[in-house]
Amino acid sequence: MITVGFVIGTLVALLQVYGGRTLGTLARIYEWIFRSIPALVLLFLFYYGPPRFGVDISGFMAATLALGFRSSAYQSQIFRGAIQCLASGQMMAARSVGMSRIRAIFSIILPQAFRLSVPGWTNEFSSVIKDTTLAYAVGFNEILRTARIVMDSAYELAMLAFIAVAVVFLVLTSAGNAAMGGLERRFRIPGLQMPGAGSEDQCR
Amino acid sequence: MSTLLRVEDIHKRYGQEEVLKGVSFEMVKGETKVVIGPSGTGKSTLLRCINRLTPADRGRVWLEDEEITHTRTNINKIRAQIGFVFQSFNLFSHLTALGNVRIAPTKVKGMKKAEANRLAMEELERVGLADKAKAYPAELSGGQQQRVSIARALAMFPKLILFDEPTSALDPELIGEVLEVMISLAKDGMTMLVVTHEMGFARAVADEIIFMEHGVIVEQGSPSQMFTRPKHARTGEFLHKITELYGETE
Repeated sequence: MITVGFVIGTLVALLQVYGGRTLGTLARIYEWIFRSIPALVLLFLFYYGPPRFGVDISGFMAATLALGFRSSAYQSQIFRGAIQCLASGQMMAARSVGMSRIRAIFSIILPQAFRLSVPGWTNEFSSVIKDTTLAYAVGFNEILRTARIVMDSAYELAMLAFIAVAVVFLVLTSAGNAAMGGLERRFRIPGLQMPGAGSEDQCR
Repeated sequence: MSTLLRVEDIHKRYGQEEVLKGVSFEMVKGETKVVIGPSGTGKSTLLRCINRLTPADRGRVWLEDEEITHTRTNINKIRAQIGFVFQSFNLFSHLTALGNVRIAPTKVKGMKKAEANRLAMEELERVGLADKAKAYPAELSGGQQQRVSIARALAMFPKLILFDEPTSALDPELIGEVLEVMISLAKDGMTMLVVTHEMGFARAVADEIIFMEHGVIVEQGSPSQMFTRPKHARTGEFLHKITELYGETE
């Protein structure tokens, strides 16, 4: 889900900033739709929708697509903010040495934008991990469903099962955040950070 | 000597305002031309129209026998032959000084990394910054950043370098180190078109000074002619004012 979100989110952000009127508008409509519809409703649409057109879809696939697309809309805004935070001079300088627009995006813009995006992205990462519990609604056998099975077979263990689920998510999100923090430190570059992130130069 | 750059009747309009109203001039190989004039008179726009960072509305530009302004011209190939030094440096913030100088030869020309490293170190040495190769732009002073950006331009072996007010964003005490590099380039025979207010530099190395105002070239001539016997009163007035304001730093 986070990967689907990352790839599409990056593309949507790029189209919004550099896509011109038509592609930019399409990207904005995509982002508007997937940010406006509640996750659970999206999940139902992706699970119950395709069979109406003769396409079988598993709970896992429906959850991956629905939550992945939704996350891509949120991630696109994190990346868009980071790209727009970069000075326009970065693109101009890249073009001035003979780079094509695409080359400049991959070699100059994205390496900086991704670094600036890590704090916002860490937040989205936690959200997506927690949203996976919603897959329970379409019968995908994830952790919450397992707890429910425990509850159904032994009601007295219900509380314990849900506490166990809570602990699993605590561990997952903490590990994820720690990994992101490590990533942020590993790729930190002097002078390249979002406004308010520190006392050094902020992004220009 | 053969013409390296030919600019013919360039026009550019931003909304209602026409910032360039038909600018024409030529440059020969090894020449240094300095463009002066009041702010908002179209000097920076002119430079950007030359390598099409800003598309001109009308007029044509040639680099040797290739028309830059022709829509079918591969502009990336042309830009790789024309260095551009920005007022605000615009170094790539995520790359070290070495990375900044190396990136265009590797990504644009496909040069091998080891060779590009060697070349980048040579260019950094040329601007006196070999010891700062591993520093990021934020760790360098303005003057050092501008010198790295000159090295970045040099690493592409440009036929011509365009300088857009390269010292205007610098503290006064840092201007000298950048001008020194530019003077040495001019003496080495690099073809340079420089928008600047540094009259000392203009006097020392310019083969010709172009005075622009309100989107047109008012007058052009050798520094000695422009400073001592300008044809237009307005040229003399501007030169007098700018020399008073900026002095003759070199």
